[in-house]
Amino acid sequence: MNTWKNLTKGFIKENPVLVLVLGTCPTLATSTSVINALGMGAAATIVLLCSNIVISALRNVIPDKVRIPCYIVLIAGFVTAVQMLVKAFAPALDESLGIYLPLIVVNCIILGRAEMFANKNKVFDSAIDGLGMGLGFTFALFLMATIREIVGSGTFCGLEIPVLIDNHISIMTMAPGGFFVFGLLIAFMNKFAKEKPKKKDFGCEGCPQAEACGKTGCSEKTQEVAAND
Amino acid sequence: MTKLIIILLSAVFINNYVLSRFLGICPFLGVSKKLDSATGMSLAVIFVMLMATAVTWPIQMFLLNPNDLGYLQTIVFILVIAALVQLVEIVLKRYIPSLHKSLGVYLPLITTNCAVLGVTILNIDEGYTFIEAMVNSLGSGLGFFLAMVMFSGVRSTMEGSDIPKSFQGLPITLIAAAITSLSFLGFGGVIENLFA
Repeated sequence: MNTWKNLTKGFIKENPVLVLVLGTCPTLATSTSVINALGMGAAATIVLLCSNIVISALRNVIPDKVRIPCYIVLIAGFVTAVQMLVKAFAPALDESLGIYLPLIVVNCIILGRAEMFANKNKVFDSAIDGLGMGLGFTFALFLMATIREIVGSGTFCGLEIPVLIDNHISIMTMAPGGFFVFGLLIAFMNKFAKEKPKKKDFGCEGCPQAEACGKTGCSEKTQEVAAND
Repeated sequence: MTKLIIILLSAVFINNYVLSRFLGICPFLGVSKKLDSATGMSLAVIFVMLMATAVTWPIQMFLLNPNDLGYLQTIVFILVIAALVQLVEIVLKRYIPSLHKSLGVYLPLITTNCAVLGVTILNIDEGYTFIEAMVNSLGSGLGFFLAMVMFSGVRSTMEGSDIPKSFQGLPITLIAAAITSLSFLGFGGVIENLFA
């Protein structure tokens, strides 16, 4: 597989948040400010990279039947490590991410990539895939946070923007604004994405449209991942 | 007693798990299409939340904290929840098949639902006692139930309406969720003043 293509597919074509619609909870919750979004994106990228590398390296060792629990334990281990690092070196970020930091464990992007990619591919490819997907996640978070922070609080990364700071619409930083901006972004992607990726290729894991799409084309393997969102 | 009622009501209305804390969004968007599946899913979530709290709270207080193992929280909790759900499923299948039939399909779906892990961790973070933690879990579960049932109603009225092409499917669902969540903002401050 082309390494460059593998790295960049996560940005637009197979963006985990905007196209595959995985990991919606952290996306909505931590995109209130750009700093939070970048922190969350970085933490998730590190976990994704490490878990992809280790799971890919162990793909011939882990028995197929108990692979999901094994993946969860590995991912939880990395999340704990990241959590401790953030607590030690960026306590302010830890404060603002709060509960969502340990909840990276149940982020469907990470388990989804383990199941869809890392357990079938070589270590190097998996690392690139993890990095690309993590950056795609960060990119989507950054996009949403930029919109919500500029419109909602009139600032960008904490810097005040003249005019907007006096006319900010604070509802955008609250819960309804999150749903609203996310809906608009996906509609935008639907309108402008040239070729739609076939949902089946990525499984229905964590797919909110699984019910709506009505297809039972997902194999048993992917249904099990869906079970683990 | 007043404190318990405040915890319960604020978990249901103000800090609603789905609509203001963004936990459990995936099942919220995925299973809310039909009323009966929304009900089944929410009942299973309430059940698992209560069970998980009943198990994880003592583990944290009597096992992890005295031995300075607080950092193992995430790993231990997720494993406990995953094992618990499996166990519940097996027991239900064997002894209460009728309940298994109605809740069974949703049980594996919530093994690692972020709302369940979230409620167990938040119970510890907030420093609740065992009773308060259980009440909070019940409230969170009921809040999830309320949001799911309300939203499945919203979605069923949306069916068949004329929606711009790029908004069809998920985008319009999210916009509807935004409006539903807007209505929950109105509860802010109500409960504190009710008992003040």
